[in-house]
Amino acid sequence: MRVSMTWVRDWVELPADISGREVAERLIAAGLEVESVETVGAGLDGDLTVGRVVDIEELTGFKKPIRWCQVDLGPDHGGVRGIVCGASNFIVDDHVAVAIPGTQLPGGFLIAARETYGHISDGMICSERELGLGDDHAGIMVLSNTETGVDAKALLGIGDEILDIAVTPDRGYALSIRGVAREVATAFGIDFHDRAMDLVDLPAPAVDAMPWPCDVDDARIAELFTLRRVVGFNPAAHTPAWIRRRINSAGMRPVSLAVDVTNYVMLETGQPLHAFDGAKLRGAVRASWAGSHGSFTTLDHVKRTLQPDDIVIRDDSGPLGLAGIMGGLTSEIGAESTDIVLEAAWFVSSTVAKSARRHRLSSEASRRFERGVDRVLAPYASARAAQLLLAYGGGSYVGLTAWESPYEPTVISLAGQLPARTGGLPIESSVVKERLEAVGCEVGDNATEGSADNFAVVVPPWRPDLIDPADLVEEVLRLGGYDVLPSVLPVISAGRGLTAAQRIRRRVGISLAGIGVTDVLTYPFIGDVDLDACLIASEDSRRRSVVLANPINDEQPFLRSTLIPGLLGVLRRNTARGVEHVAVSEIGRVFTAAQQISDGGVGIRPSVSRRPSQEEVSALESLLPIQPYHVAAVLSGERMRSGWWGSGQDYIWADAIEIATMVGREAGVSLSVEASQYAPWHPGRTAALSADGHTIGYAGEIDPRVLGRLGLPPRTCAFELDLSRLTDLATMVQPAPQISSAPVAKEDLALVVDHEVAASDVAAAIRDGGGVLVESVRLFDVYAGPQVPAGKRSLAFALRLRAEDRTLTAEEITRVRNDAIAAAEQRCGAVLR
Amino acid sequence: MSAPNRSYDPVGVASLEPQAVQECVDAALVAIAGAIDLEALKQVRLEHSGDKSPLALANREIGALPPAAKAEVGKRMGLARAQVKDALLAREAELTVENDLRILRDETVDVTMTAERMGVGGRHPLTTMMERMSEVFVQMGYEIAEGPEAEAEWFNFDALNIGPDHPARTMQDTFFVDSVDSGVVLRTQTSPIQMRALLERSLPVYVVAPGRVYRTDELDATHTPVFHQIEGIAVDEGITMAHLKGTLDHLATMMFGTGIKTRLRPSYFPFTEPSAEIDVECFVCRGSSVEDPSSPCRTCGSEGWIEWGGCGMVNPRVLIAAGVDPERYSGFAFGMGVERTLMFRHGVTDMRDMVEGDVRFTQAFGLEV
Repeated sequence: MRVSMTWVRDWVELPADISGREVAERLIAAGLEVESVETVGAGLDGDLTVGRVVDIEELTGFKKPIRWCQVDLGPDHGGVRGIVCGASNFIVDDHVAVAIPGTQLPGGFLIAARETYGHISDGMICSERELGLGDDHAGIMVLSNTETGVDAKALLGIGDEILDIAVTPDRGYALSIRGVAREVATAFGIDFHDRAMDLVDLPAPAVDAMPWPCDVDDARIAELFTLRRVVGFNPAAHTPAWIRRRINSAGMRPVSLAVDVTNYVMLETGQPLHAFDGAKLRGAVRASWAGSHGSFTTLDHVKRTLQPDDIVIRDDSGPLGLAGIMGGLTSEIGAESTDIVLEAAWFVSSTVAKSARRHRLSSEASRRFERGVDRVLAPYASARAAQLLLAYGGGSYVGLTAWESPYEPTVISLAGQLPARTGGLPIESSVVKERLEAVGCEVGDNATEGSADNFAVVVPPWRPDLIDPADLVEEVLRLGGYDVLPSVLPVISAGRGLTAAQRIRRRVGISLAGIGVTDVLTYPFIGDVDLDACLIASEDSRRRSVVLANPINDEQPFLRSTLIPGLLGVLRRNTARGVEHVAVSEIGRVFTAAQQISDGGVGIRPSVSRRPSQEEVSALESLLPIQPYHVAAVLSGERMRSGWWGSGQDYIWADAIEIATMVGREAGVSLSVEASQYAPWHPGRTAALSADGHTIGYAGEIDPRVLGRLGLPPRTCAFELDLSRLTDLATMVQPAPQISSAPVAKEDLALVVDHEVAASDVAAAIRDGGGVLVESVRLFDVYAGPQVPAGKRSLAFALRLRAEDRTLTAEEITRVRNDAIAAAEQRCGAVLR
Repeated sequence: MSAPNRSYDPVGVASLEPQAVQECVDAALVAIAGAIDLEALKQVRLEHSGDKSPLALANREIGALPPAAKAEVGKRMGLARAQVKDALLAREAELTVENDLRILRDETVDVTMTAERMGVGGRHPLTTMMERMSEVFVQMGYEIAEGPEAEAEWFNFDALNIGPDHPARTMQDTFFVDSVDSGVVLRTQTSPIQMRALLERSLPVYVVAPGRVYRTDELDATHTPVFHQIEGIAVDEGITMAHLKGTLDHLATMMFGTGIKTRLRPSYFPFTEPSAEIDVECFVCRGSSVEDPSSPCRTCGSEGWIEWGGCGMVNPRVLIAAGVDPERYSGFAFGMGVERTLMFRHGVTDMRDMVEGDVRFTQAFGLEV
């Protein structure tokens, strides 16, 4: 809401020396979000005078039409001056705004008498934009209802200050000069007289015409609906400059007197009004459910298909407008309209909101109705509008028809000490009463509660947001200013710190960063295109996608079921930006549909007037997708860089597996590794990582076909683990090992096995066969070539043997060695090399 | 070699004469002093102190002396040999030091030839920021609560006093899980965790909830459809707005430094009443740029204050929906944008830097605590 300070000053006797900025500060403190304070025509310095065009000579021979004008500024401003002008939207006898030499325009342009197009131009005829009044630069401003020689600055509102207020949904009343003026009066401690509720002096209704009949289907549409009629109106009448200026100041555009008056009264009082052309109406005008009325076209020339629970204004011919939102083309005021029917109503805000949302149509009227309009204002506002129509457009007043359901003001019982108890500071009951009265409430003692310190607060009709005691508490506290609230830390008993899952998530993040991996946060949106690129099969559980109804990008309507596509995207972006070695990780949630997402979940809506039952909460939870945390990394390029020390080492599949098992260790889980096949990994270079029989994730090299398809560096590796599941398996209390101080015996074993035999199986056989004396088994060399038979390879293991309490004898060592070889032979077909 | 002087004849042995011995010692000392390194000293030791050295050979002659002469000569020889030995040791020590120093000097490298052999990693600054902010509260006794990102509409809206007709529920703001009637949305705020915390925990409740939230904004320099908030809620007996203010003041101090002021401005949120916007004093200019065109502040736009988040007293309707008696308990809640905090605390000017995953951005924060 753009609020003109001169308009506000019509309503509040604010001392002249108080600036718009000071008003803004007080309003901000009171809870109105003033986003800016602008001065109209800021930067204009010097005289701006109304001149009358007395002669126009069209100059020819130039690229564009140029006029040589004689403009009379009156005796005080140099009489008739010759001025060159490039606009042609005016005629002789029009009044225009003239800046004479010496005047500086906004933006620093100094007007001087200068020769142009063969004449000395002794001033400038100004457009809206040149004066900083608006964007209109199509022509110069033609002023109406004014006289030669008067100060155009006052006429144009130059110097007025405009406060731009972002109105929160609870403060519909602030979408009016009336509402803002009340806040200004309260903020400065000035008496406020609510002129909107003054009785308007209208002439006695003419008897030769009837007021227009009206009706309402039911009170779920409107609680108050009025029509007021003026006939014999002069459609050619001009809107007076002061109304046009004020409409402009609010950021709206003047249209015609009848429309301008409805907008003016709406801006001033907050009551939306609509003017129909009576000549185009057929029968009674009623507010009605749309029912089966198919469609009609609104004033913005958009055809609207109606839903049964839209509310419309209609007559015998059909829908005339979307109630409280926008009128229709068929009954629009036009250049011949002489019979004006003014609609002023109170529509139910939720009904308007629903329709406005459905039709994606937000108007000045709907913004006000959605937030709540004064419940009793309609007849007052339409009386004011009728008065203005009669004053400036002539005609005869015919009278009012109205439909109204009974109105009971809201009464709230408020404990007098609640504001103090909420604010944490002492507030006298008398102060509570005073502030609520400033808001417009009537505050009485609440006899029924039997307590002296209990108020019965009658809420004013323009504050539908005041429903609960807490709402009144806010009014009391905000008018006292939040800056007076004390600052006190609550005393809290000891907390339990982070959960195991939270600690593990942090540790995993820190250790990945510590080994040179960079944490990223990608958008969790993917699509079939991403899953296809990763060669993920249609029956894969990662295809049980959670789909968004309104994705940002139609190509990516799914929530991610894996972190890999996002990380591959990050790899591509970094590679494209010239980063050569990219190791990136992400810890985040993935989503898979628990079951068929049902359409009716929105129907599970526990009452909010009590705690939901366990069954209700479970029903809500059952709607949700499965959304565990995963951790994944994509590793590309060198892990150890090349340099003067020698060549580096690229990330290879083994790094991915090693880092994944490191992540497991951070959670106290020892992950076991076995060969697997799982997209998007290389079918021959994929490890499944598991613990306690649960697969936790996969690691290895990305399938080269995937990398090729996505244009990513060859040999890129990756891992992805289910971090939530890992956390579930976390070792919370690690038993201490027995450390032996007896000497170690080292034995190496080279075993030849078939290619297909897994090294981990051979190692396990050695460990099992060797028994308790085997402290560790480490693979230190792998050989395949002429020294071993084709189809076989040699695996060299380093064994460390140790007893708990003694030095091993040569016989014991030999026995362990032989037992280990025997087990490897038996289980893996291994032959000692 | 002389034979033992069995006859105990008073035979003189020339090499044991004081003069001869002194000559040997002098020659040894000259040689020792002249040894230029440990290798040369080794040779000198062999020549002047070894088994074949003149002094050693002379020493053997003592046996040939008459018993009466043995004591005197033995003493002389002992002194002479000790003198040589001491000189050797001293020189050896000197040369060892010299040798060590030379080796160390020879081994000197150009330590500026460093290269990052291991790649540099880093944690995302948003992650670190959420942890930093959470930490402030955990230290006070709060716990960190969590909730799902794909959330039931009821938790995201209804339970927070955002009724079915509230404008915040429109398609324009909220991602709906297909279909729009599924009852599941991507949470638009971390506030549903308020309700979850109240349902899952016993009173009093003091929790913070950092996390990801979603709104259907297109990505540009100042908007992103996926962003992060940190929510806080305290419900206890006797909680007042003064406690809210004290808590936010403490957070501001921990985040921006001692003496930083906060400001509450009345505002509106359906789930708090009274509600307020929280502004924090610009920690760069501390308000000095306001109406001083000569020193504009880029951080606060010379406003002196930075909008930080929203807060208020938990609406009694929310307490009722959680089964908490609003007559006995009251609470406060607040929420801040983590991206926003990062932007003004660290001077990030473009939202896209935080979402694109360019490793250079994150690595710059890698070593931040």
